[in-house]
Amino acid sequence: MSTNVLRVEDVTMQFGGVVAVDNLSLEVNEGEIVALIGPNGAGKTTAFNCITGVYEPTNGRVSFYGKELVESYPHGKMKKTYIGENAGRYTKRLVQTPDKITKEGIARTFQNIRLFSSMTVFENVLIAKHMRAKQNFLTATFRLNHAEEKRMREETMELLKMQHLDHLKDEIAGSLPYGIQRRLEIARALATNPKLLLLDEPAAGMNPQETLELAEFIRQIRDEYKLTIFIIEHHMDLVMQISDRLYVLDFGKLLAQGTPEEIQNDQRVIDAYLGVSEDA
Amino acid sequence: MKKRNVIICALLYLAAILAIVVLEKFLPPTHIALAVLKKGCIYSLVAVSMNLLNGFTGLFSLGQAGFMLIGAYTYAVLTIPVAERDSVYMYFDGGIIQFSVPVFVGLLAAGLLAALLAWLIGLPVLRLKSDYLAIATLGFAEIIRAFFQWDELGVITNGSNMLRKYPTFTTTLFPFLVCSACIAVIVLLIHSSYGRAFHAIRDDEIAAEAMGINLAKHKRLSFCISSFFAGVGGGLLAMYQTSIQAMTFKSAMTYEILLIVVIGGLGSVTGSCIASFLFIASSEWWLRFLDTEMTIGNFKVPLLRAGFRKVVFSIIIMVIVLFARKGIMGDHEFSIDGICSFFKNLGKKKEVKS
Ligand SMILES: Nc1ncnc2c1ncn2[C@@H]1O[C@H](COP(=O)(O)OP(=O)(O)O)[C@@H](O)[C@H]1O
Ligand SMILES: [Mg+2]
Repeated sequence: MSTNVLRVEDVTMQFGGVVAVDNLSLEVNEGEIVALIGPNGAGKTTAFNCITGVYEPTNGRVSFYGKELVESYPHGKMKKTYIGENAGRYTKRLVQTPDKITKEGIARTFQNIRLFSSMTVFENVLIAKHMRAKQNFLTATFRLNHAEEKRMREETMELLKMQHLDHLKDEIAGSLPYGIQRRLEIARALATNPKLLLLDEPAAGMNPQETLELAEFIRQIRDEYKLTIFIIEHHMDLVMQISDRLYVLDFGKLLAQGTPEEIQNDQRVIDAYLGVSEDA
Repeated sequence: MKKRNVIICALLYLAAILAIVVLEKFLPPTHIALAVLKKGCIYSLVAVSMNLLNGFTGLFSLGQAGFMLIGAYTYAVLTIPVAERDSVYMYFDGGIIQFSVPVFVGLLAAGLLAALLAWLIGLPVLRLKSDYLAIATLGFAEIIRAFFQWDELGVITNGSNMLRKYPTFTTTLFPFLVCSACIAVIVLLIHSSYGRAFHAIRDDEIAAEAMGINLAKHKRLSFCISSFFAGVGGGLLAMYQTSIQAMTFKSAMTYEILLIVVIGGLGSVTGSCIASFLFIASSEWWLRFLDTEMTIGNFKVPLLRAGFRKVVFSIIIMVIVLFARKGIMGDHEFSIDGICSFFKNLGKKKEVKS
């Protein structure tokens, strides 16, 4: 039994009257590649946002390597309007901004790429080194931190080389082709030295050939950087090929979980999601 | 930066100093060109400091005049010689502050107090999104202005009366050296790890946060540093004007500086500097003739009368905002390499044509 990395317990996210994530519980263990699949609007991205601190969940708890990251319960106006389950179970509020959670070791990419589009490829990756630097604004301004700055730049260059992006280092990120922007976004996430990497539809907009390469790439970074990977993806070939386990979400609720074979043969999943596309 | 460029920059800087010395030698001390240079230097500093926040960090704040006011008052209040206090604070029995500090301490205090206030209001205000931030900071500046005119505080601020008789400067070199040193510090900051973090926040807040950048902390830092230099700029403006009154630090002043920043280009330090000098020179010197009636022979030139300058000025600004939204420089910098490659390209084009 390998170490538990991410544990999501009874997480519900309610926007007004809409329950986007409904009592979701899941686990991701060390070294695994786990996929979260489901139709559009099922609440997958919202689940990621609850884990990374972008949203405070309405109810539930998220822990990382056994340490509690986020916990909340319906409070304020939500006390009356809450329509989810397990209303009384959590009694503590622990809210952290996304930067704290990144510092803990969870990095992510976004469904609609979010690069620093007016900065160069090199700077995009270099930014990730800022959070762990010991400098303060005075030492940084007056260049008393040159040893650290040099180290940050060297690490960045090393990472770019490993990701085969070094020849593009002075290009403006926003002007790069789509596929490269995706890879840069992953490289940037890796630069934060994460233990857990969350990928939100990394193959969106890629052709079959690129998708295949991406699958290989994800496995490779998992091994090279000793990562655990939690991935949202629509390309079923990719998901079935690389993931150890899957969770299927439908209308915010967990519909099924299991190995790729189990999911592919699960009648409920086929009806709700895989259905026609697999047969066609 | 390449070694060659450093040398060229240093030479250009020395040349600028030399030019100022020569101008001061040959122009009468009251010549408008010298006034434009002095004020242009000060406005460059406040414009660059505003650009740090609005252009480089992407926070649309309109509190500049408020922070300049704090700076101007701090400087003036602290540096008026003890012997002069009775005459300055004549309605307030000479005020309660009975010491005075040297000029540089005064300027430093001006910046620090402005930064302290920015730090205090930063936490609640910087949570607001764009338009609301602008409104809140504008409101803050107006409150500050009213506060400094409040008679109850007269023993410190002299109420709505003028502050004067504090040390001023006569040579243009003083504002030039102080402002260029301050701008140099801002440029160093922009090119440091913190400057990159500000830039990342401007490009995409959510991504910046996901990269481990603490938004609240970095926005507040940028706000404080920007206000620090606005405060120093305010102190210098007080020196330039030789007397100050809270009344003059209206929101119109913030708009002037905002215009300079936009005309120069959001995110361009050199753009802000160039635009400052152009703006000050046009408004105080080159467009002056529009305000005076003129007759050539028997022909009375139409439209020229008091106030027409403002009309023309507004039209120019509207044209810039409508047709050159990125300003003179966009977010590029004026650089030696840029000029070299410009001329090289020019050469190449000519070769192709011939
Ligand atoms: N900030 C928000 N406010 C209101 N509704 C939201 C918000 N974010 C997501 N939703 C809703 O939550 C549901 C799930 O969205 P999302 O998580 O993006 O789905 P998926 O990523 O699975 O396609 C959608 O119905 C969406 O409209
Ligand atoms: Mg999504």
